[in-house]
Amino acid sequence: MSSILIAVLLLATLAIIFGAILGFAAVRFKVEGNPIVDQIDNLLPQTQCGQCSYPGCKPYAEAIAAGESINKCPPGGESTIIALADLLGVEPEPLDAEHGAEKDVPMVAIIREDECIGCTKCIQACPIDAIMGAAKQMHTVITDECTGCDLCVEPCPVDCIDMVPIETTLQNWHWDKPENSVSTIEKILIKEVH
Amino acid sequence: MTDYLLILVSTILVNNFVLVQFLGLCPFMGVSNKLETAIGMSAATTFVLTLASVCSYLVYTYLLVPLDLEYLRTISFIMVIAVVVGFTEMAMRKTSPLLYRVLGIFLPLITTNCAVLGVALLNIKRDNSFVESILYGFGAAVGFSLVMVLFAAMRERIAVADVPKPFQGSAISMITAGLMSLAFLGFTGLVSI
Repeated sequence: MSSILIAVLLLATLAIIFGAILGFAAVRFKVEGNPIVDQIDNLLPQTQCGQCSYPGCKPYAEAIAAGESINKCPPGGESTIIALADLLGVEPEPLDAEHGAEKDVPMVAIIREDECIGCTKCIQACPIDAIMGAAKQMHTVITDECTGCDLCVEPCPVDCIDMVPIETTLQNWHWDKPENSVSTIEKILIKEVH
Repeated sequence: MTDYLLILVSTILVNNFVLVQFLGLCPFMGVSNKLETAIGMSAATTFVLTLASVCSYLVYTYLLVPLDLEYLRTISFIMVIAVVVGFTEMAMRKTSPLLYRVLGIFLPLITTNCAVLGVALLNIKRDNSFVESILYGFGAAVGFSLVMVLFAAMRERIAVADVPKPFQGSAISMITAGLMSLAFLGFTGLVSI
């Protein structure tokens, strides 16, 4: 009985000592990342589309932290630029047209499947792996995953990929955002008066 | 002195851990596609194996034997190895980012490398002294590195060779490993230890 107790105690002690060593090491050898990079990364839209000419949102965030201009993100658009300007304390600039325009409505890529020749070029272009298919088989886009970055349109040799606005269905319909909060309140007030 | 040399020769060539004792086959097959990664893996393993055999020897001799708990060796060695690897990884990340970039991704893989546990257990089985344990672990690691680098270099050449279709891919790697193992059998009897 006592030998079992000693065994359990020994293992527990060893585990506690080792845990303490690892815990100490985790604190002692902590590597500080650049916190501003994470904050910038949080503001970016995480489409990983590469339209800013960086291979993803995190690399662009690192570049911004190193002094890159903040107006190269078309999917984020004006709101992202303003948020970044706010965070970094710089003047907001208009979106750099060289990297693409902001879209008014969310778009999604659709492959015209009967025209697809199965070349897999769009699969390689897709930054978020939202296109399914295999060589010489028809491909299709997983609509829920597609961020509408239109990187797949360019490589398609038969131009069978369309960017279409996301259809409004019962699942994703929502009230229009108020265009201008003051005028909306006025409208409500006028209605109530009548 | 001769004894120590014999231990080294024995572990590196005669009782090579990969090709003769068949321990640590997973990294041998898995990480030997490119010479560069094979060298990184070998260096990380050498470091961890030597350190782990020292630590497990200390734990066994000064904790398990006095308390009459030899039967707990496997589980306590696994804990020791995991801690050594984890600690090494954290320390390396802080002190030498360059080394961490080369070896970092291999370190967690080594935790589950059976050669590391194998060396710790064989040290006990062979009644090695403290210095012998260090040499035994180091020799095993050097032997591992040797065949790892040789095998990776061969695979790099095989990758561009005109291999018959049924033998392409894993098949030719297995055959190569088998032939290497046969070649290492030639060292049998070089030293008797």
